[in-house]
Amino acid sequence: MIRLTDIHKSFGPVRANRGASLNVATGEIHALVGENGAGKSTLMRILSGMFQPDAGRIEVSGREVTGWHTADAIRAGVGMVHQHFMLVPTLTVAENITLGAEITRRGQLDLGKAQREVLALVERTGLVVPPQHRIAELTVGQAQRVEILKTLYRGARVLILDEPTAVLSPQEVNELWRVLRRLRDEGEGGTIVLITHKLDEVMAISDTITVMRQGETVGRLKTSETSPSAIARLMVGREVVLAGRMSGNRKSEIGNGPMDRPDPHSVLEVKDLTVASSRVGNAVDRVSFSVAPGEILGIAGVEGNGQTELVEAIAGLRQPTTGSIHMAGTEITRASVRDRGDRGLSHIPEDRHERGLVLEYTIADNLILGQQHRFTKRWILDTARIGAHARHLIETYDIRPGDPSLPARALSGGNQQKIVIAREMGGARDFNVLLAAQPTRGVDVGAIEFIHAQLRAARAAGKGILLVSADLTEVLALSDRVAVMYGGRIVAVVPGASATAEQLGSHMTGAAA
Amino acid sequence: MNRAKLEESLLPPIVALLIALLVGDVLILSFGQSPAAVYRLLIEGTWGNAYGFGQVLYKATMLTFTGLSVALALRAGLFNIGAESQLAAGGFAAALLGLALPTGLPSLLVLPAYVLAAGLAGGIVGGIPGILKSRFGAHEVITTIMLNFIVLALLNYLISTRFKVHDTLHTAEIQSGRLPRLSEIFPAFHGSAANMVLLLALVVVAAAWWFLFRTRAGFELRAVGLQPAAAEYAGVSVGGVWWRAMALAGAVAGLGGLNYVLGYKHYYEEGFSAGAGFLGIAVALVGRSHPLGIVVAAVLFATLSQGGLAVNALVPKQMVDVLQAVVIISMATAVPEVRRAMLAVRRGIAERAKPAPASAGPASGLSA
Repeated sequence: MIRLTDIHKSFGPVRANRGASLNVATGEIHALVGENGAGKSTLMRILSGMFQPDAGRIEVSGREVTGWHTADAIRAGVGMVHQHFMLVPTLTVAENITLGAEITRRGQLDLGKAQREVLALVERTGLVVPPQHRIAELTVGQAQRVEILKTLYRGARVLILDEPTAVLSPQEVNELWRVLRRLRDEGEGGTIVLITHKLDEVMAISDTITVMRQGETVGRLKTSETSPSAIARLMVGREVVLAGRMSGNRKSEIGNGPMDRPDPHSVLEVKDLTVASSRVGNAVDRVSFSVAPGEILGIAGVEGNGQTELVEAIAGLRQPTTGSIHMAGTEITRASVRDRGDRGLSHIPEDRHERGLVLEYTIADNLILGQQHRFTKRWILDTARIGAHARHLIETYDIRPGDPSLPARALSGGNQQKIVIAREMGGARDFNVLLAAQPTRGVDVGAIEFIHAQLRAARAAGKGILLVSADLTEVLALSDRVAVMYGGRIVAVVPGASATAEQLGSHMTGAAA
Repeated sequence: MNRAKLEESLLPPIVALLIALLVGDVLILSFGQSPAAVYRLLIEGTWGNAYGFGQVLYKATMLTFTGLSVALALRAGLFNIGAESQLAAGGFAAALLGLALPTGLPSLLVLPAYVLAAGLAGGIVGGIPGILKSRFGAHEVITTIMLNFIVLALLNYLISTRFKVHDTLHTAEIQSGRLPRLSEIFPAFHGSAANMVLLLALVVVAAAWWFLFRTRAGFELRAVGLQPAAAEYAGVSVGGVWWRAMALAGAVAGLGGLNYVLGYKHYYEEGFSAGAGFLGIAVALVGRSHPLGIVVAAVLFATLSQGGLAVNALVPKQMVDVLQAVVIISMATAVPEVRRAMLAVRRGIAERAKPAPASAGPASGLSA
């Protein structure tokens, strides 16, 4: 029914798809899985005509349609439901669904007929929404149903859903599954492609699975014949084997639930921490752990299970609703970001383009970001010291090109990350706790090796490191202990030395909880 | 500054100017005049004689203050559309202070008091939208526009009910702290409004450059304007920078009032700002929000607006308004600040379009 063969697509230097393939049969629910940045959304945008592939072949219903545009795709019955809703909040459900294909009578909108048509569609699909309500009055789940109805109203028989459950509550997710099954089974059979990185969803709803990694298709499986851990292995596996695992287990308490008093020996202690999600419920749910000096505590987990919010709460970028955070026995739960930094908290943020760097700023200025108050005489920036500091770090961390006056934007991903690493680990701050969130994301192999060596050296120097990574290999290679996060909770803690990818993988998907 | 960066900042204004000249040619021809004659008249009426040049300097001084005001806000990622009322408030405060001061005090002694009064008044008018933004998320474009109406109406009310001299729309003249006009030093400038506040403007330009690029507060302000998430990560209070930047922007616009009250007419008069606050937006855009660029852009726009009077014999002076508008439109399609601000507005709209339950705090919505 749908056949994408050897699709290539680059955005500047980023190769989003490099030889990706996908086969979807009519009347099945097909899950397209992979980590963030694996190229899933790009591939689906190529299928729906939003992007043109650089190379490759697209066939729909046996017809070659390579390079078609959105309008062609819609005419051929291929519709995509985006992760971010594209609805007009002040218009009603019926108006939104018919928007762009308005029903008119003698040049005037026929809203009555629009409502009747929408009601008939609601009836047929079981996607229950009140057509006369405004979008602003709906719940998130209802708004998503409107998005799906909108696509179906245009005559879509192939429905592509991009991370549809990201904004839904568990009840709404179950409701969505019911609707998708009904769409698959009714009439001549609808075809559904589901983009997701949540393995429990894949197991719950899909018939077949395609796994993507780094822009390539790495596996095609039948859901009934596979397991979450097998999928996880395909998702996170990588060719470069990172050797040199060290053991060195230290006894520290970890888990969920309250503990009595801060551990005086830990450099970082998180107790009973709950962080509200910006969507529904809690992103971090009563998490407790501590990090000892000279220890790397790895947090493994499929992305979106609360890791981002946990790190941001510790860094001071998000207020927790309950719980406490201590550094070396001192409470910092309500301390400012700068205060935390001055106490020795360094943070490699997961998104260096948004948070970790000001891309228009020079390398020198980026190397003092967050420590700017240490480079002033009264309120004036000490440009001489900033320059000397930059030259020193560029040399030590081999940042290339080494001109401190270049904007950070001009550097490669690996060298940009080196700026962040240099600043947080070698800068003016004498850190004793490091939050390393996805420290090697999007950097080349050489830089990965360099960053790992830096993390090991910091551990050897007695620093406490919280390593959050979606890359299981990385977590296993570096961590003394590995905690697995799932659904905002720490569901397992295992010594790094004895942990295996299979064991962690089953925890990561909630299968072993 | 390296070559590429220089090109990037100089090219758009030059292209915008060329487009404006082209449109100007067409307009002039449509009036049956020769473009060369009209442009010659425009130059002669502005840079060609001391009076015209003095008028250009006076207007450029005003536009430097308002342009700098808009630019400081823009550097923090904010659109200050309120320079008009901030300017008026500064002038009014200076006039009030002048009326309260005893006669005969030396100008240099009372000048700091005038600067403080005008800056404070402008700063309050600018700071209010800043606080509304950082505390309640009210969009500064809306609040500054609305505050223009409120403040200007309030000032007009105060003038017409309490402070005006009978049969006029202005206050009585101040007696202390008047600054000399340029014509008192160079008699050739006779009759023109140019005055010593020009020097104050240059001092403020230098101070603004130094503040933006050499102080920690400037470093943090620019980071907030470029990437609020990174600024937050760097321990900067984004909301704090917002309101302080707006207050500072208001204060700088307020200082523009001195150009009229201390240097030119020596009283506050209703409508003295004459759109200089709004033209400041154009000056900031063409000047690429850089203090030096703003001086150049202020002189350019002052030349155009004075030149409009000079060419009135051949073509309607509104032709120059059209040229100014063309420059602004050409710049607005090219300037990254505008594109970034537009993007932020669009993102804001998309954010609101999500029927999701209220997102929490400033830290949310930043993760991918």
